[in-house]
Amino acid sequence: MELITPDFGLIFWQILVFGILFFLLAKFAWKPIIQSLHEREESIDQAIKLSEETKKEMAELKAGNEQLLVSARAERDALIKQAKEAADAMISQAKLDAQTAANQEIEKARVAFEQEKVAAVASIRKEAASLSLDLAEKVLKSQLKDKAAQEKLVSEWIADVTLK
Amino acid sequence: MSGKSIFKKVYFSNIILGLFISLFSFSAWANEPAAAEATEHAPQQEEKFDAGKMILHHIADEHEWHFFTIGHFHATIPLPCIVYTESAGLQVFSSSNFKNEHHEEVPYQGLKLEHGKIHAENGETVYDISITKNVASLLLSAVLLLSIFIGIGKTYKENPHRAPKGIQSLFEPIIIFVRDEIAKNNIGEKHYRRFMPYLLTVFFFIWFNNMLGLIPGGANVTGNIAVTAVMAIIAFFVTNLNGKATYWTHVFAMPGVPKWMLIIMTPVEIVGVFMKPFSLMVRLFANMTAGHIILLSLVSLIFIFENAALGIAVVPFSLFMNVIELIVAFIQAFIFTMLVSTYIGAAIEEHHH
Repeated sequence: MELITPDFGLIFWQILVFGILFFLLAKFAWKPIIQSLHEREESIDQAIKLSEETKKEMAELKAGNEQLLVSARAERDALIKQAKEAADAMISQAKLDAQTAANQEIEKARVAFEQEKVAAVASIRKEAASLSLDLAEKVLKSQLKDKAAQEKLVSEWIADVTLK
Repeated sequence: MSGKSIFKKVYFSNIILGLFISLFSFSAWANEPAAAEATEHAPQQEEKFDAGKMILHHIADEHEWHFFTIGHFHATIPLPCIVYTESAGLQVFSSSNFKNEHHEEVPYQGLKLEHGKIHAENGETVYDISITKNVASLLLSAVLLLSIFIGIGKTYKENPHRAPKGIQSLFEPIIIFVRDEIAKNNIGEKHYRRFMPYLLTVFFFIWFNNMLGLIPGGANVTGNIAVTAVMAIIAFFVTNLNGKATYWTHVFAMPGVPKWMLIIMTPVEIVGVFMKPFSLMVRLFANMTAGHIILLSLVSLIFIFENAALGIAVVPFSLFMNVIELIVAFIQAFIFTMLVSTYIGAAIEEHHH
């Protein structure tokens, strides 16, 4: 029974000691300990968060760079393509122009040649006509020295005429 | 690396402590043959070894700190007696005044010490606030707690963002354990910080005193009903003074229960309010006292059977029990703190069903 009968003295001292202990520990031990544990955890947490954010930013930056690179490459390709197209167009245009010019030249030459030809033919004809006239004159002059020959000729011509 | 070595140290010191207690127990009972010798001169007073009496003496409080007795040599530290009586007022004197040179109990200034209690010879009420063995141990534990934790607190204050060092790193995991596993889990993220100083004080107070009680010659402070009663009463006030509306409605008018049921429910709940701290008181007291009784009983076996050979069986077993008690010392501190925080958690809970 004595074992489960609380002593007055011990109750008194326990209240006193525990009370003082609580007061002193709360003020000088638990407060700084809890506070700095909290602060330390907070700072670690923040550091981790910051590093994660930085990592994310780095990744974003890298992705941005890649995108930039890709677009730059595409732009370059487009430019090259455009330039090539322009060059091709220019070349084909030049070819076409040259062709047209050549054709025109040829045409001109042909026309000139034709004219020359016509002129040449005409002059040859004229020449031939005058030659043949001269020749005919000379032949006539020689053949028509006698009357008989003249008559024969006339009759042949008449014969020819009728034939035609 | 250092954690491992600390573990090793603790592990070995447990074993050494166990051995110590076993050895101490031997020396403590070494007085029995001496007592028998003494009784030869007075055969009418012959008494056999009474394990029950011895054990009760060891777990009870006393006015002097008795370590051991060899023959006629008594290794005791007399402690100050502080006594108030109406006729003599406040008296402070050494407890050695109650013993004569033959180590027999004698009255002193109208007061006599009987069965560990001071009575007045004229029968008036005695208010005894002596520094008994338990009070001395209590003060010792308080000094220990203050010097350790205020020291640690200073280290924290000086460099709060550094990793813990030395003794700080021994206690930091335990402080964090109390905070995260006990306070945060049971009280909740919102209110737990308010109760941290109280919970930490309770935890370390109980743990330190449990451990001090296991040291050979140590006092059975946490196995004393007065100490656990005060702890329980403080827990009662902390819980109920923080009780919110939800808590009190649950006590006096349990929601969701038919009205007529409240006739039964309300008295049960009111009893529960007092039963919770009462169970705290009994649990700590009974666990620590039982541990001491088991250890003392084991060693008593040798003297009951008057056979030293029994020591071969008893010493390893009492060593084993000592290690168990070291674990129990921690577990009881944990359970007390845990339950108080669940009671607080239930009292300050504010959500509705």
